[in-house]
Amino acid sequence: MTDQAYNFAYLDEQTKRMIRRAILKGIAVPGYQVPFASREMPMPYGWGTGGVQVSAACLTPEDTFKVIDQGADDTTNAVSIRKFFEKTAGVAVTQRTTEATVIQTRHRIPETPLSDGQILVYQVPIPEPLRFLEPRETETRKMHALEEYGLMHVKLYEDISRHGEISTAYAYPVKVEGRYVMDPSPIPKFDNPRLESAAIQLFGAGREQRIYAIPPHTRVVSLDFEDYPFDPSKAPHPCALCGAEDTYLDELITDDTGGRMFVCSDTDYCASRREAGEAA
Amino acid sequence: MTPLLDVRDLTKHYGARIGCADVSFTLYPGEVLGIVGESGSGKTTLLNCLAGHQAPDGGSVVFDTRTEGPRDVLSMPEPERRMLGRTDWAFVHQNARDGLRMRVSAGGNVGERLMAVGARHYGNIRERSIDWLDRVEIAADRVDDRPAAFSGGMQQRLQIARNLVTGPRLVFMDEPTGGLDVSVQARLLDLIRGLVRRMGLSAIVVTHDLAVVRLLADRLMVMKDGQVIESGLTDQVLDDPQAPYTQLLVSSVLQV
Repeated sequence: MTDQAYNFAYLDEQTKRMIRRAILKGIAVPGYQVPFASREMPMPYGWGTGGVQVSAACLTPEDTFKVIDQGADDTTNAVSIRKFFEKTAGVAVTQRTTEATVIQTRHRIPETPLSDGQILVYQVPIPEPLRFLEPRETETRKMHALEEYGLMHVKLYEDISRHGEISTAYAYPVKVEGRYVMDPSPIPKFDNPRLESAAIQLFGAGREQRIYAIPPHTRVVSLDFEDYPFDPSKAPHPCALCGAEDTYLDELITDDTGGRMFVCSDTDYCASRREAGEAA
Repeated sequence: MTPLLDVRDLTKHYGARIGCADVSFTLYPGEVLGIVGESGSGKTTLLNCLAGHQAPDGGSVVFDTRTEGPRDVLSMPEPERRMLGRTDWAFVHQNARDGLRMRVSAGGNVGERLMAVGARHYGNIRERSIDWLDRVEIAADRVDDRPAAFSGGMQQRLQIARNLVTGPRLVFMDEPTGGLDVSVQARLLDLIRGLVRRMGLSAIVVTHDLAVVRLLADRLMVMKDGQVIESGLTDQVLDDPQAPYTQLLVSSVLQV
């Protein structure tokens, strides 16, 4: 079978229309989880089937595509999804955040601020922020509909009473445009302030069959208490490679005698800073 | 005086069977109404219909709301009814596990209703939680323990604290002392009686235990097969039962 046997970007046109309708509804109602008929994709659930379907519905032949996995362009998940769309859509791919028009991400927001015209697609494992507090889907839907979000604060209360601070470090719940409480996918809470962005942000959950969105310049507030305000914490180190002090860092174990180094998790940001440093 | 709750011809069928039929009563502020009857007599169905947990087939339940006066609860939009359910109303389940979040600490359980109505200051929420734990005789150092680590009686007291923290005016209780041993029952009843009197609460208590209503209730309704067969002042009904079934019920109580 040749690559031409696939429709552009793998999915057939009717499926892409269905997904686009869900995306448009999601953008019209920021933070609301829109159900959609998620398809089988040629990869297992949990590997980004939701994100891939959203990307497929957004891509045009003129787009430049970038995939990051925990900030890195060169890990298995990122490489295979990038190759998948290179093959099935024939779009240009890049590792540069600034050059990309569609960026699919797993659990990070690029450090470089995004601009309008860019689309950021998140892979979401569990779209329902209330899931572990209220197991019934019928009940969580009702709670969203009636804006009953007291329970979300019970979780934060438990964090403080047990650990002395809000210890939720990723998938930190946010309120979108003063209405829906949303799970921003498991991005570190360090990234939460950057959810207010000029780019369109789309969230796809393949297994859970939900799509939701944050339109550009939408107000996104991280939930907190008056006396325990939201804190986008970060490791107290600079990047060992590029020296950046304001980025989210990965901790790497370098030997078996306790040696470790902290480096930017966003590989493209780190590399371009080093290039700029060498050029200067 | 406006009645707090005015119930007219409340009816609920389960298919061809009767859950409860044509129940009418009024409840005035500060009054405690007991509902007794054997298992399957429709007590719990009635309570669930009143509290909005089940939709009745007919009748009206008019509640005297704080802001807008008497309103029919059954025709109220759901958001308002649920709001009522976590502010002016409280529901104490027979099994504390149904009314508590077992994986959330005692303090979080008590604080949930506060956070549900908009409290966003951790220090204040915690302070009020500890205050309420104290009122139901749970030591302040248990505030961060999960209810699973509590005894049955403590769980029931915690459930009561969790319900009363927002200062409700009407409390529904479904067999509040069921499944507890007698000495714990006695202390719990003492506690409930004290809280009801001090806070001026109105309460509807469903039970099959005549001793509970003798202690708590001002008035009594006796139910059988979904119908109210007798009602009146508690002492009057218990000391001078008129209906044959009530006579049977009163004479069935074991004497020590």
